[in-house]
Amino acid sequence: MSAPLVGVVLVSHSAEVARAVADLAAGLTGGGGDVPVAPAGGGPDGGLGTSSDLIAAAARSVDRGAGVAVLADLGSAVLTVKALLADDELPSGAKLVDAPFLEGAVAAVVTASTGADLDAVAAAAADAYTYRKA
Amino acid sequence: MRTTGERTTRTAMNATPDPEAPVDAAFLRRWLESATAAVEREAPRLTELDSPIGDADHGTNMRRGFLAARTAVEQEPPPTPGGVLVLIGRTLISTVGGASGPLYGTLLRRAGKELGEEQAVSAARLRDALRAGVDGVATLGGAVPGDKTMLDALLPAVDALTGALDAGGGAADALAAAAAAADEGAAATVPMRARKGRASYLGERSIGHQDPGATSSALLVTALADTARGDG
Repeated sequence: MSAPLVGVVLVSHSAEVARAVADLAAGLTGGGGDVPVAPAGGGPDGGLGTSSDLIAAAARSVDRGAGVAVLADLGSAVLTVKALLADDELPSGAKLVDAPFLEGAVAAVVTASTGADLDAVAAAAADAYTYRKA
Repeated sequence: MRTTGERTTRTAMNATPDPEAPVDAAFLRRWLESATAAVEREAPRLTELDSPIGDADHGTNMRRGFLAARTAVEQEPPPTPGGVLVLIGRTLISTVGGASGPLYGTLLRRAGKELGEEQAVSAARLRDALRAGVDGVATLGGAVPGDKTMLDALLPAVDALTGALDAGGGAADALAAAAAAADEGAAATVPMRARKGRASYLGERSIGHQDPGATSSALLVTALADTARGDG
């Protein structure tokens, strides 16, 4: 039995963005589709915003015991993850990763698919800040 | 702790609380009533302030959060003032949906934890707890005074509260001073340039608008002063 993979949670103000980025990252990972990835998008009323309940549920759903990398898009998404972590309301191995949302998500999922540990997944996602485009 | 229920009932029925320790669970429940009413009344204004420099949801978000907090506290009233603040904070984090949720949630939860299990505390203990809560907001959001955020109302409020209590003022007068300082602090955000949150993307264009978060902070501190004066 292989070791459990790091889970990835994608927190966006928009349910559609979170879902689409999760699909994109999983799609680009090809055969490594075993990585548990969960979107947590939109606010408590379903509109644009951040839902702490969705974030906590997503983190629990991808926790296989190897840690959970949480990526967030902006403002309240970042602050809500931090507030949840400060009060131990996410799985013990959960970590907010400082990374660009889309590029970081792809890097995190691809790296997690190799069986890398949480620190390596977080480092790969953070490294996405250095990808220059012009 | 078996006497908790009985003591809570007595406290709730007691219209003249201990002057040395005026802040009990009933006091903070009255504050929540007053704050929720103020947020409901001012929600359109908060959203209007949030329109030119934010995403026009501050009033809606605050209204949703405080109504949920009031319901949560009504359904299962915590027996201690710390417990009331922790429950309100937790509810705001899970229901507001914007940055004000984790920020106010952290403020109140941190303050509530500072108060511990005590049944009633002095104004000075409330001040210390609020100071710890406001420090928590600063740490979470990474803002400093002058960044055009809720800290620009909250920090002057805690300073004024401290000054008034140190000068020997009573709880009601000290909280009134805090409310005045919060109002002034909120008004002083108008010429500031936003350095945090969505408004910071606007750069110079954020100048000339009062910060919605500082405005709601002033409302919440004013509700505290109203509660202490007895007409919350």
